[in-house]
Amino acid sequence: MITFTVNGNKHKFAGDPSTPVLWYLRDELNLTGPKFGCGMAQCGACTVHIDGIAQRSCVLPVSAVQGRKVTTIEGLSSDGEHPVQQAWIEHQVPQCGFCQCGQIMQAASLLASNPNPSDDEIVQNMSGNICRCGTYPRIHKAIKSAAKTMSANAGVSYFTPESLEEKA
Amino acid sequence: MKNTQTYFDLNRRSFLKSTAAAGALVLGTYFVGSAPRAMAGVLSKPSETAMRANLFVSLRLDGMVEITCHRSEMGQQIRTAIAQIVADEMEAKWDKVIVIQAKGDPAYGDQNTDGSRSIRFNMQRLREMGASVRYMMQHAAAKRWGVAPNTCVAQQHTVTHSSGKTIAYKDLINDALNITPPDADKLKLKTRDEWRYINTGMAHVDLKDIVTGKATFAADVREPQALVAIIERPPVVGGTVKSFDANAAKAVKGVVDVIEIPSPQGAPQFQPKGGIAIVANTTWAAWQGRKALSVTWNDGINGDYNSEAFKQDLLETVNKPQAHVREKGDALSVLSTTTDKLVADYYVPHLAQAPMEPPCATAMYYKDRVDVWAATQNPQADMETVGAMIGMEKDKVNVYVTMLGGAFGRKSKPDFSAEAAYLSMKTGKPVRVQWTREDDIQHGFYHAVSAQHVEAALSDDGKIDAYLHRTAFSPIASTFQAGANAPFSFELDLGFTDNPIFTENMKLERGEAPAKARIGWMRSVSNIFHAFAVQSFINEAAHKVEKDSKDYLLEVIGPDRIIDVTKQNAEYLNYWGDKAVYPLDTARLRNVIEEVAKMASWGRDMPKGRGLGIAAHRSFLTYVATVVEVEVSDTGDLSVIKSWVAIDAGTVVNTDTVKNQTQGGSVYGITTAISDGITFDKGRVQQSNFHNYRVPRMSDSPLDVEVSVIESDAPPAGVGEPATPVYAPALCNAIFAACGKRIRQLPIGNQLKA
Repeated sequence: MITFTVNGNKHKFAGDPSTPVLWYLRDELNLTGPKFGCGMAQCGACTVHIDGIAQRSCVLPVSAVQGRKVTTIEGLSSDGEHPVQQAWIEHQVPQCGFCQCGQIMQAASLLASNPNPSDDEIVQNMSGNICRCGTYPRIHKAIKSAAKTMSANAGVSYFTPESLEEKA
Repeated sequence: MKNTQTYFDLNRRSFLKSTAAAGALVLGTYFVGSAPRAMAGVLSKPSETAMRANLFVSLRLDGMVEITCHRSEMGQQIRTAIAQIVADEMEAKWDKVIVIQAKGDPAYGDQNTDGSRSIRFNMQRLREMGASVRYMMQHAAAKRWGVAPNTCVAQQHTVTHSSGKTIAYKDLINDALNITPPDADKLKLKTRDEWRYINTGMAHVDLKDIVTGKATFAADVREPQALVAIIERPPVVGGTVKSFDANAAKAVKGVVDVIEIPSPQGAPQFQPKGGIAIVANTTWAAWQGRKALSVTWNDGINGDYNSEAFKQDLLETVNKPQAHVREKGDALSVLSTTTDKLVADYYVPHLAQAPMEPPCATAMYYKDRVDVWAATQNPQADMETVGAMIGMEKDKVNVYVTMLGGAFGRKSKPDFSAEAAYLSMKTGKPVRVQWTREDDIQHGFYHAVSAQHVEAALSDDGKIDAYLHRTAFSPIASTFQAGANAPFSFELDLGFTDNPIFTENMKLERGEAPAKARIGWMRSVSNIFHAFAVQSFINEAAHKVEKDSKDYLLEVIGPDRIIDVTKQNAEYLNYWGDKAVYPLDTARLRNVIEEVAKMASWGRDMPKGRGLGIAAHRSFLTYVATVVEVEVSDTGDLSVIKSWVAIDAGTVVNTDTVKNQTQGGSVYGITTAISDGITFDKGRVQQSNFHNYRVPRMSDSPLDVEVSVIESDAPPAGVGEPATPVYAPALCNAIFAACGKRIRQLPIGNQLKA
C-alpha cells in the first residue's frame, strides 16, 4: 500500500506501483489539470509538484511518492489567485492552453526556489516545457512579472495544499 | 456575403420552455469551459428557458445572453472573437455573455476551422445576427411604450427612451418575440467608431479556466464507465495486419478486450489506418497492454518509401521542364542568353503538426445514434467519417467539440473519432481513444515534402529580367484520390502562383510527385516551402548584386500595383476571396516591409556574428513582413535574439489575439528550420517523440517578438497562419547575414557546424 497526499488529501494506492502518477491523477482522481503530452518527460505538460518541486508526473511511478505531497494545478490555489496564475492572466499568455498548467506549475516551482531569476535562469528552467502555440515570449514576461509581485508581497502566504493539510 | 440569407432565418426563432424542446431548438449546443465537471461528458447544456433570437443568439430570462461559437477553439480565441462581434452589435453587456460551443451541424454552414477564415467568412453575418437582436429590443420597447422606435436606443442590455425611461433586455424578451427584424441588407449595423468590443484586445473568455486547469480538452471528457483504447497501427500507409498474438496483452491487468480495426481500402481520406486496439479500464493498462502485443504486418505498396531517395527524385523533377502554371513574356529565352544568372534549389522535408494535445476522442454508440466528444477542427467531417466507419447516417452522429489542445491542421482529419466510434460499437461501452505522442508523430497526415528550383537573369543594376520557378511536392489530393500526383490550384496558389516579383518575364511550373505517406495540411500549408524558396532567393540575389536586402526586396516587388495573375494565364482561387475585395496589392506588402524595417532599426551596425534577416509574404489574404536577429557563434551555435513582425490583416476583431497569434505563428515557423523533419525508411516514420522530432523550446525562441498590427479598415483577412511561412526564410537570411552560410535545405541541422 502506497500512501501520500494529493492537494492536501490523503490517498492510498494498492494498484500497479509502476503506474505513472499522471495516470493515477487523471484516471482515478479525475484531476485533469495535469496533461498527457509525450509520456517521456520531454514536454512538461504533466508537471506537478512533489513536496513543492516541479516534476514530470508522466514518468514518475506512484511508488516514488510514498509519504510525499503531490500538488496539481487544482491545488496550487483555490481560485487562480496564485501570483503566477495572475501574471498569466495579466499577460494573456495562453493560446490553446493545453501546456499552460504544466508551464504554471514549473514557473511556480522556479519562483519558490529562486524568487528573482535572471532572464537566462528563466530560459534554462522553462525549456523543458514545450508550448506548440509558441507563447514563450509571454511566458517569460509573465514569470518576471510574477517575481515582482511575489517580492513586493514578501511575507504574504499563498494558498498551499500544505496549509489545507495543516487545517485538517 | 451573398449567402447571408441562407443562415439568417429569423423566422425560425422561438421561445423555449419545455425541457424536451431545448436541445433541439438550440441545435444541441452546450457549454464548454465554464461547465461543471461531474456530469456525463462534462459539458452542461444551455438554459431551458432561453429565447432563441436567431442561429447564434439566445436570451435567458435572467438576462444572460448565450452566443454560439460554431468554430473550433484551438488557441486562436475564436470563442472570444465571435462573442465580441455579436455582443458588440447587439449591445450586450460583456459580463452577461456566455459562449456556447456548437456541436457539428450543417445548419451553421461551414464549420471547418482551418484556412484562417473564421472571421473572414463569418464577421458580416455575425454582425447581422447581433444587430437584429438590438433591433428587436429597440422596437419591442418602442411598442410597449407606444413611442416611435427612433426615440429609443438599445445600449448595454438596456433600451432607453428619449424621455429617460429605461427597460432591461430581459424584461423585453416576450415582446421582442413579436418583432420581426428586417432583411439583413436593411439592418443598420454599427459604424466602426461605435464599436465597443471589436478591434480591442479584450481578455479571452476561457483564460481563467485554462490557468486553473478547468478547461475541458478531449482527454478530459469523463463519460462514466468509459474504457480507454490505445491502438497499434500499421507502420506503413496502406499496410494491414498479417497476424497478431493478443495473449500477453490480454493477461495485463485491466485490459478488457483486444479488437482489430479494419484497414481502409483505396485513398486514405480521413479513415483510421486500421490496426489492433487494446481496450482497458485505465489508460496505463491499455498502454501496458499495447507493449505486450505482438503484431506482424503486410506493408503494401508504400513499404519501399525512403524519403532521402524521394528527395533526390524531387530535386531531379524540378531541374527539368514541367507543367505550366503561370507565364508572362518569355523567361526561358532570356535565361538561355543571359550571362549573369542566379540558380538555386531549395528543399523542405515532411513535417508533423505535433499539437501539444495528441489526438483524442470519446464515443458512445447507441443503436440509433452515436455521441462523440472530440478535439476536432471540423465536426461535420467527424459526422461523415464516423458515419461511414460504423454504417450510420451522418445526421445520427452527434459531435461535441471540446477545447483543442493545439491542432495546426492535424485535427481536421478525424480518424481518431472514427476509431472511438468503432470501438464503442464493438464493446457496447463508451470508449476514449488516446493517441500517444509516438502515434501522433508516426501516424500523421504530414506536411508535404517539397523541392523548388529557382533561376533568375539579373541585369547590372540588379533588376530581375527573367524569373523561372518550378515546384514539386506530394499533393494533398493524394489523400482523397488514390494515385493523385499533381497539385491543384489551391496548393499552388499558396505562395507560388501569386509571386509578387516585378519582371517582364516570368515562368512558373509544377512537377508531379506521388505520395507515399498520408499528406495533410499544416499551419500555412504550401506557403511554407514556397515562401522559403522565393524569399531566400530574393535575398541571395540581393547579396549577389551587392544591395541592401531590405531595399532590394522592395525593389523586386516593384511599383505599387494590383497583380491579377489570371491575366498571366494562371488559375488562381485567391483563398476563395473575391479578387475585387481582396486583390493582391503590392502597396500593402511594401507597407509592412517598411514598417518592420523601422521597428527593427534596419541598417544598424551589427556586432560580429550577429545578423538581421528580412522576408515578406502574403498568405490567407494577409500581408506580413518579419525581421529576425540571430547570433551564430564561431562554433556554429545559433541563437535567435529577437524578432519584429508587421502584419496587415485588414480589419481585426481582437488586437491582442492578433499579436499573440503572430508571435506564436513566428515561433511555429522556427519548427520548419530547426526540427529534424519527418523522414521515412521502408515506409516507416523514423522519428517518434520530442527527443528526435525537435520542436522549438524557450531556448530556441526569441524572448521578444515585437508585433505591429497595421491599422486598417480593409475587409478582415487571415490571422492564424500568415506569420508562419515568412519566419524560416527571415531566419535563414539572418543566418547568412551573421555568418555567410546560406541554408537552402531545411532543417538547418548541422549545416552551421560544417
